Amino acid sequence: MTSALLEVNGVTLQYKTPRHLVTAIYRVDFSVHQGDRYVILGPSGCGKSTLLKAIGGFMRPAEGSIRIHGREVTSPGPDRMMVFQEFEQLMPWKSVYQNVLFPMKVTRKFASREAAVRADAIVDKVGLTKFRDVYPHMLSGGMKMRVAIARAMALEPDIFLMDEPFAALDALTRHAMQEELLSLWNQLGFTVLFVTHSIEEAIIIGSRILVLSAHPGRVRAELDADSLDHKSIGAPEFGILSSRIHTLLFGEPHALYTREEARA
Amino acid sequence: MNAHPSKEPARVSRPEFEVPLADATAAGDVERPLTVAERIINNEAVQRLTILVALIVLWELYARWLNNGLLFPTFSETMRTFAKDIANGVLIDRTVTSLRTLTIGYALGVALAAVFTTFAVASGVGSRVLSTLTAMFNPLPAIALLPLALIWFGLGTPSLVFVIIHSVLWAVALNTLIGFRGVPETLRMSGRNVGLKGARYVGLILIPAAFPSILAGLKIGWAFAWRTLVAAELVFGVSARSGGIGWYIFEARNDLDTATVFSGLLTVILIGLIVESVIFRAIEVRTVNLWGMQ
Repeated sequence: MTSALLEVNGVTLQYKTPRHLVTAIYRVDFSVHQGDRYVILGPSGCGKSTLLKAIGGFMRPAEGSIRIHGREVTSPGPDRMMVFQEFEQLMPWKSVYQNVLFPMKVTRKFASREAAVRADAIVDKVGLTKFRDVYPHMLSGGMKMRVAIARAMALEPDIFLMDEPFAALDALTRHAMQEELLSLWNQLGFTVLFVTHSIEEAIIIGSRILVLSAHPGRVRAELDADSLDHKSIGAPEFGILSSRIHTLLFGEPHALYTREEARA
Repeated sequence: MNAHPSKEPARVSRPEFEVPLADATAAGDVERPLTVAERIINNEAVQRLTILVALIVLWELYARWLNNGLLFPTFSETMRTFAKDIANGVLIDRTVTSLRTLTIGYALGVALAAVFTTFAVASGVGSRVLSTLTAMFNPLPAIALLPLALIWFGLGTPSLVFVIIHSVLWAVALNTLIGFRGVPETLRMSGRNVGLKGARYVGLILIPAAFPSILAGLKIGWAFAWRTLVAAELVFGVSARSGGIGWYIFEARNDLDTATVFSGLLTVILIGLIVESVIFRAIEVRTVNLWGMQ
């Protein structure tokens, strides 16, 4: 196996509520390679968002390790840009352009002239040139999401961490955003780790799909979905894969595809 | 028609159809600009001005009917006194004295509030200390501290500054803390995501994100401070050498010069209005309104 970009080894994640210690993720292993569209799929409350937060460096695993390029993740950093589901992630006091420029400015990854040129180019790439100087509250949900993606992309992180980014959008906008993300990936070839609870979205977006079980999240399977996208929605392979995932999530265990039986 | 045995409603089969779009030009312009008259009536400034003029007319009429300058001077007499005292510089002098004290007290109060909230944000203990202090001191009227201030600092500006600080500090600190607590978790995370920490994180993320609440605190603090100052000047204006606007009112009352008392009150109202609807309004238009945060 070639060295992976992101390696998650035996990670268990726990957090405290006022009354309980909750184990959200239990001994999960997987690795993401350069250029992957790696989807983490699981039912609601399986801890997939928690897992993404841990990879983002916002919480430390109770056991196991998370490594980016072999370096242990200890804190949040601009090498892992996160895109959240909530529109609040944008800074309401900055225009579209300023929001995109902001991460480049504070990280000083690019010289200020270059950063300004890059910000304009990215804003153009996501089709928001007309809204360059507009503040986020004037934008639709889809546009806000484009700004969030543009902002992350401008920084050229090693990996994008997307936490159900399209879940709050209406169905038509969601479809358009999925296509846009895929087309951007085709042009730029970045690496993305994408969390979703939608089987359909997982198959469309993902090149690899990690299926997590319900609470506490454990690995159920890792599947290949590279060849499937919107155009194959009606195709038999698409249906077969969805029902296979569905069985993995909700039906009886499918021995052939189980990577590791949970030690619960 | 055939009988339906089930409870389902009978559904008649209807043909599908497609038609060309109906001509909508008969509805007139889809969008038309409002006429000048409509815009003037809708203008808020015009509406408020009308109310103001109506109140002034009522005042003038009532005062003339009462015909007792000692109890209730007319608007025109008040304006004459006001103009006279502006012209001879007395009123301007008094106002400047008040505003100078106010500015010192307000600035110190806001600075202290910043220090307090910084501690509160930095640690859980600090947060609880500030919450407790605010709960204790916020309901305490600043003017009630004036006797104590007089014992500690004597007659003069330091005592005034002390009570103004008290009236500003808790309102601003409380609102800032509430604002910081209300910053959405995702916004905090996207700030930390790009590696922001400590003072930069507070300055670049927390303060702008909490700005609507901070601004509300500053406005409340200003109103408290202004009221406290005028009241405090009235209480010990008697022995102060160079008095402020409160002293001006107090002096006039001693002389039973009611028109001057009115002109002093008018000045207090005017300054309140200017700060509220010019200075704070300008800040709002350029910040929270522009950002859609209010």
